[in-house]
Amino acid sequence: MATSTPAPPEAQPGTASPTQRRRRNRDHLIGWAYAAPTAAFVAVFFVLPTLLVFRMSVSDWSLFAGDRGLNFPTNFTDALDDRLFWPAVRFTLTYTVVTTVILIALALGLAMLVQESSRWTSVLRTSFLLPSALGLASASLLFYALYSPQASPIPGLLRLLGFDVGTISFLGTPTSALISTVVLIVWRFAGFYMLLLLVGLQGIPGEVYEAARMDGARRWQIFWQITVPLLKSSLALCTILCVTGSLLAFDQFYILTKGGPDNSTVTLVQLVYNTAFGGQNDLGRAAALSIVVLAALLVINVVQFRGLRGKED
Amino acid sequence: MPRYVLTGALALLFLAPLLWAGVASVSPQGGTAQVDGWGFGNYQTLASYQAGILSFLWNSTYVSVLTVLFTLVVSTLGGYAFAWFTFPGKNALFLTVLAILMVPYATLLLPLYVLLNQLGLQNSLFGVALVMTMFQLPFATFMMRISFEAVPRELVESAMVDGCTTFGALRRVLLPAVKPGLITVGMFAFLAAWNDFITPLVLISDTDKQPLPLAVASLRSQVMGVVDYGATEAGVVVLALPCVLIFLLLQRHYVAGFLSGALKG
Repeated sequence: MATSTPAPPEAQPGTASPTQRRRRNRDHLIGWAYAAPTAAFVAVFFVLPTLLVFRMSVSDWSLFAGDRGLNFPTNFTDALDDRLFWPAVRFTLTYTVVTTVILIALALGLAMLVQESSRWTSVLRTSFLLPSALGLASASLLFYALYSPQASPIPGLLRLLGFDVGTISFLGTPTSALISTVVLIVWRFAGFYMLLLLVGLQGIPGEVYEAARMDGARRWQIFWQITVPLLKSSLALCTILCVTGSLLAFDQFYILTKGGPDNSTVTLVQLVYNTAFGGQNDLGRAAALSIVVLAALLVINVVQFRGLRGKED
Repeated sequence: MPRYVLTGALALLFLAPLLWAGVASVSPQGGTAQVDGWGFGNYQTLASYQAGILSFLWNSTYVSVLTVLFTLVVSTLGGYAFAWFTFPGKNALFLTVLAILMVPYATLLLPLYVLLNQLGLQNSLFGVALVMTMFQLPFATFMMRISFEAVPRELVESAMVDGCTTFGALRRVLLPAVKPGLITVGMFAFLAAWNDFITPLVLISDTDKQPLPLAVASLRSQVMGVVDYGATEAGVVVLALPCVLIFLLLQRHYVAGFLSGALKG
């Protein structure tokens, strides 16, 4: 990706005449001048904070009192000993697996339904894609009202259809809170992943399907033996995006469940947020915790890349 | 045919929550005692909430416009540098920009909170816009780099022969050529800044400096635990309207933009 620029011909060190060298130096200077704002932004708002978070993770750093000295392994051991740490790990992983499986299966289904292009399919695609334009926080607020006992139209609709459901509690139990959040996320992201998979589907040449049909392959055989294997790189991309996004879930739980009921939906990022800003005000421990999350994320991504790349061969 | 019926039904199911938000925002149900009957009562409640909706809208607009502006300027200059010039450290800098994608938001916001305090930018929407710009840089820089790389070199070289400086060439020849890239980058920066929740949640402490998403979310914790769902829906509509309009107007750019961002990136 970073090597796609063809190097200009004069950039050959060693053999340059003084004029050529002067010209090259001037070129370097101009290049740096244009890249300077990017470099400044990255240095101040990315590199410096990244170094600082490591520093914070080994310090006794309070939200209000600032740095109070070294506190090396304690932040990390305290973070792992937190009563909510392992439940948060378990919940985050459960949420990630459930979301990824349902979201990608549905997105693939939608992509196959709107695969051919005609005026109607483009209207349908737009309908599926429209929720992706909303912010995650706006979508969560919308579903917060949609799930509320007072304003929800869903029980009424079900009653109209002849189901007597009594009162439904969308966010009241750990399981229902999980399902309700997954429904929101699927609604918000299915169109987005559908579009990614659609591009992959359109890359499969029609002749491959023709040949399979001539050989008498059934629909399911075609799906499992042609579509899925040829779609592997698109599916891999969707999986990585979805897994990473779900492991870092925050907005939807902060707004829909606030981690409840009974702390059953506290995610890792929410634990970081609570440790830093939610009353404990312990920035050092929050930094340690977020470094644990960062490390886990790196490991998971490496495993995913290996696994998905290995399957491609 | 049953396939179209199924797809159509699914599409309606996807549109239903949006339609419901619109209807619920003007309905009496779910609102407080002040709202009775259909109409814009929920919007009036929202308008008079805390510092008032105009102030929250202004905060959101201010952050979004600044973010779009900073992102466009920085990524245009950066994309030009990465696509057209060689300089020592170029690849290292580009990879560092892309590495922003690998560090979780929450991890960076902790030190950024400390850092912005040091810079005197605590509790400041200007600071939020700077942070938002940084989060936009991987996509924006990548997008502008490929946009500049797609412009034929001869176009600019002939302008240079005519005595144009590199900046003149950028302004007169290249900017018109990379306009689709600029639109895409600007649109994505706007949507991200307008909708961002966790950055202002961490960095802004004054209620009257909150952008709209925070203000609407704080409607939930009203007096005595009574949530005004009607006003919440009105807030969702105000939040969603610009996004839906931009999406419908720029759909082509939206699709092309995120595909190049997702697939090639």
